[in-house]
Amino acid sequence: MGVAPPARPRGGLIVDGRTIRIAGGQGFYGDTPRSVAGLLAEGVDYLCLEALAELTLAILQKDRQRDEARGYTRDLPLYLGAALPAVAEGGTRVITNAGGINPTAAARAAIDTARALGLTGLRIATVLGDDIMGRLPDLAAATSSGLAHMETGEAFDALPAEPLFASAYLGAAPIVEALRQGADVVITGRVADAALFLAPCIFEHGWAADDWDRLAAGTLVGHLLECSGQSVGGNFSGEWWTVPHPWDLPYPIAEVDPDGTAVITKPAASGGRVDLDTVRHQLLYEVHDPAAYLSPDVVSDFTSATFTDLGGDRVRVEGVRGRAATPTYKALIAHHVGWAGEARVAFGWPSAHEKARATAAIFARRVEMAGLPVDEWLFEYWGVDALGGPTAEPVDPEHEPPEVVLRAAWRCDDRDVAARVGREMVPLTLSAPPAGLTGMGRSLGGGRPSELLGIWPALVDKALVDPGVRVTVEEVV
Amino acid sequence: MARLALREICGYRSGDKGDISNVAIFADDAATFELIRREVTAERVKAHFGAMVRGEVVRYEAPNVWALNFVMHGALGGGGPRSLRADNLGKTLGGALVRLEIEVPDEWAGRRRPRPDVAWADAILDALPGR
Repeated sequence: MGVAPPARPRGGLIVDGRTIRIAGGQGFYGDTPRSVAGLLAEGVDYLCLEALAELTLAILQKDRQRDEARGYTRDLPLYLGAALPAVAEGGTRVITNAGGINPTAAARAAIDTARALGLTGLRIATVLGDDIMGRLPDLAAATSSGLAHMETGEAFDALPAEPLFASAYLGAAPIVEALRQGADVVITGRVADAALFLAPCIFEHGWAADDWDRLAAGTLVGHLLECSGQSVGGNFSGEWWTVPHPWDLPYPIAEVDPDGTAVITKPAASGGRVDLDTVRHQLLYEVHDPAAYLSPDVVSDFTSATFTDLGGDRVRVEGVRGRAATPTYKALIAHHVGWAGEARVAFGWPSAHEKARATAAIFARRVEMAGLPVDEWLFEYWGVDALGGPTAEPVDPEHEPPEVVLRAAWRCDDRDVAARVGREMVPLTLSAPPAGLTGMGRSLGGGRPSELLGIWPALVDKALVDPGVRVTVEEVV
Repeated sequence: MARLALREICGYRSGDKGDISNVAIFADDAATFELIRREVTAERVKAHFGAMVRGEVVRYEAPNVWALNFVMHGALGGGGPRSLRADNLGKTLGGALVRLEIEVPDEWAGRRRPRPDVAWADAILDALPGR
């Protein structure tokens, strides 16, 4: 590609005129927009906001069903409200997948936010084409995989219910195209998380589309930054209690050189920690084969990277190797599975575990007697093995747990049935033999059921998706 | 030979993709990495998780960060948005893995990672209104 960045005023933030600074300002829908101020104060060229976990599109799909103007992550205006003044000054650009299932509506919201701040002249780009919902039958026929389930190998016609959304993980190319067209803010739907970060590296450093080592380097940078606090001391199994000011955990910044060498760091005036241990914990997060990390842009060998702790909350990452990308995108297709309900009750000593098990059985029998069909039951005993399952230490009869919470969860075909099941727990407060049953706050069993979704991952040929990818840029007037 | 829980010699982090949980464990040094590479096999991890992991467990190595990565299929009760589990994303499965005990040379018997000191947290909590 070899794209030269256009002449455009900069805020003097670039470290040495060539190194670019990229920040990971969001790790999921619901993360805190308060991260933005600290990152912008530090000076970053790109603020990347990653808003879409696997199941986020399901939430956004329900939003759009209620209101056609929805379907993007609703906190986008909060993030942009914090970031756009710096964008308007020319120092920073924003790249986000907050468009979710409706990037066009997200762009409207971005334009409204800019206008409300009096920031005309900003250029908002939208990337479309990841949404393959309307083309599923055609793609199932035309694509090499037939949209078979990636894990189980089941054929696409075995999809258990109508799809609710279907989207392919696009790569960095359309984001690079938007930047070439002078975008200040780029809003996408589903793209590979790391592509949000790789795109500015390609654009600024002019990396070629087949410069696999460079593309792997940018992908690794993205991988290390996309989960916000997780590379700077969050979700950390090392000496987590020594992380400074953990209530003020900053979000990460990468300084990326033209050759792909990068330094992972954080805003100086904040808590958190960047060292070899916090960074390597993120290297394998949600990775399968680390020697062949598949993304739309490149196959990266994360085991070839060298990490050097430079001290002062700086870790250098270099030497990562890449090889040619595959001809397919990964797609996620979601379908309805049923309705879930849950109830929680607590028991005190003595014999809390036995009381909880007996109550679970009494509850299940009452539900059966009420004629409420349940397709799947789950009983968790909190304080015993709810999280550890078979890995947890068995209860020693001489040292009973001081208290146990029973969490019952169930799946039903019908939403109303799922709600009625929970009500069968309520009378047990007085009418179950085990002594000392108490509700957990307001969670005795009256909660509203939630919809369960199945995820159907499949591969789809890039050649069938790419012709539908569109980049549009609109100026705020 | 002595026995030691992985907790004393490894860090951990777990993540999800669909119904797959991957758990990475991180050795503190090269010698420890060689030991866990020998001792912590995919079969052993599969047995450790019992009925919790319905499918295959595949092990990958990342010697550059002294880590092993266990990819556990059918490990999340059907996957995040489908699972009835409270921990539907398997956030706690890393901790569950390092409960596993392995054989270590006798001189390693006393090894112990530091335990948390959260006096700072207690001080904050004690100063809150209503306490």
